[in-house]
Amino acid sequence: MLTVFLQFLFSGLTVGSVYALVGMGFNIIYNATSIINLAQGEFVVVGGLMMWFFSDSLHLPFIVSICLTILSAGLVGLLMERLTIRPLKSHDLLLMIMVTISVSIVLRGILAFKFGKDPYDYPAFSEGDPLNIGGAIIQQQTLWVIGITGLCIILLYLFYNKTIIGKAMRACAVDTTAAQLVGINVSRMVMISFVLSAMVGAIGGIAITPISLMEYDNGPMLAVKGFCAAIMGGLGRGRGAVIGGFSIGILESMTAGYLHSGLKDAVALVILLLVLFLKPAGILGSSAAARLRKF
Amino acid sequence: MNRDNSLAVLVLIAVIIFVPLVSGSAYVITIGVFSGINALIAIGLCILMGYAGQVSLGQAGFYGIGAYVSATLTHHYGLPVPLCVAAAMIVSAFAAVILAVPSLRLKGHYLAVATLSFGEIINIALNEWGPGGPSGFGDIPTFNILDFIFDTTTSYFYLVWGCVVLVLLFSFNFINSRTGRALRALHGSELASRAMGLDVTALKIKVFVISAAYASLAGSLYAHYVTFISPSSFTLFYSILVLMMVVIGGITNLWGGVVGAILITILPELLRSFEEFDVLVYGLILTLSLMFLRRGLVPLLIEKIKQLRGPLIARD
Repeated sequence: MLTVFLQFLFSGLTVGSVYALVGMGFNIIYNATSIINLAQGEFVVVGGLMMWFFSDSLHLPFIVSICLTILSAGLVGLLMERLTIRPLKSHDLLLMIMVTISVSIVLRGILAFKFGKDPYDYPAFSEGDPLNIGGAIIQQQTLWVIGITGLCIILLYLFYNKTIIGKAMRACAVDTTAAQLVGINVSRMVMISFVLSAMVGAIGGIAITPISLMEYDNGPMLAVKGFCAAIMGGLGRGRGAVIGGFSIGILESMTAGYLHSGLKDAVALVILLLVLFLKPAGILGSSAAARLRKF
Repeated sequence: MNRDNSLAVLVLIAVIIFVPLVSGSAYVITIGVFSGINALIAIGLCILMGYAGQVSLGQAGFYGIGAYVSATLTHHYGLPVPLCVAAAMIVSAFAAVILAVPSLRLKGHYLAVATLSFGEIINIALNEWGPGGPSGFGDIPTFNILDFIFDTTTSYFYLVWGCVVLVLLFSFNFINSRTGRALRALHGSELASRAMGLDVTALKIKVFVISAAYASLAGSLYAHYVTFISPSSFTLFYSILVLMMVVIGGITNLWGGVVGAILITILPELLRSFEEFDVLVYGLILTLSLMFLRRGLVPLLIEKIKQLRGPLIARD
């Protein structure tokens, strides 16, 4: 009984990690720009597929491949911001969101052209037998995924609280105009937010691909789940996305395990609707803060 | 309804009559049918977004309800098609009210995600409990009114675009009615309209129901045309596509919905020759048109025409 529960819990934590990373990616960009970047899921796919390209196709060493993958995802984020978001300079948020959707289609087009429509995977980060925790069988990669997510959360926390750039980005989130007045280069912060968010997404993709495979069109579903995670925890709140991501992941795997696998997406969405109707600012959010948001 | 819009409707009717006469190709007319079906939903979303200022990412849900309800009723119970289409619209309208009452307290992103969840839940429900499950079902009767069966592509083209014209006329009257003016006030400032004594919530629900009914009608027309439906036609991707049509056409004008729907329906067909590049080129065209058209094609065209003709043309 407990064994089965633990098994579901760990599989929930694994998917939840990726949702949390995607959700944090949403928050990073949302805080700097108020834009919802629906190409966030594609960053994860870029991470998984580029990792395969560097490690399995070019046979580069593991660490080098990871670094190159994260850098190339950062480059994708940079190009996206430079080529679409910056020239547009529009205050029409709906238009900006539509642009991120169309960029995601372009990215999918490029990925489909480069990698075709097959699923890809590569070996797990460490070899060895699966672990036995309380009777539940846990793949070692599961621990990698959860550990890497934890590391990302800590690094992002340190970045936002201890570095000058991070603090400047938080200032932009509170009030863009005021941030500009005290001499913060807001457009650079926007650029950094896209790079950072692409890197966070790619890290999720790198970690999860050995478990769940990666296809060129995995992006939209990941974006929807990550978006739900961010909303559930209160849009713009770092901790919120983490809690939202893990709750959605665990709910999904519990539903799939105890009820019916076809219903797993529905349950997460129903819970999300309830959260929205009962407490629109998210589990952690305050309604006063939500009212201040521009969109 | 002002003079320019009446004129435009007349031009549209003329184009509708002439397209099948000029082009004998069934392929072109089929694309025309799908453009018309998409235009119906896009017009609904235009009213919802451009006039009531509400976003919806769940139109595919109502589209799906329309298709499934009228298809099931006609296929399994043998009821007359127009009756079932109307029944489907009523079911969608009810669903819209149920969704709207709690959702419309929400704004912006939150409303978007609530409608998105609704659409996805409908899609999952169709997959799980819909007739035929994920593989759907066929043998849906073609649209017929009494003894007349719309079994040729051309007759169906006239049927669909006839509906588009009726929906347009109804919509223009709606947005120029008392409710429509109230809506524009609401779009301008919700607080001010509340202070003027408008029942804002009732207004929003009304518009939501209208857009759901249009989407449902489109869904029914789709089901009775292709005579086979499965949940894969009613996904989030479709909702986003409709949103794209409306944004590219221009949300502030109902014609934007029509023009956007036609363009987005034709585009993938034109890109067939690019083969494996098609998704890439499609994405690039969408990105560029969003970046350079901004407010949408139709408002931009109207502005240009205004510049050419001077102040003669009426606004709207």
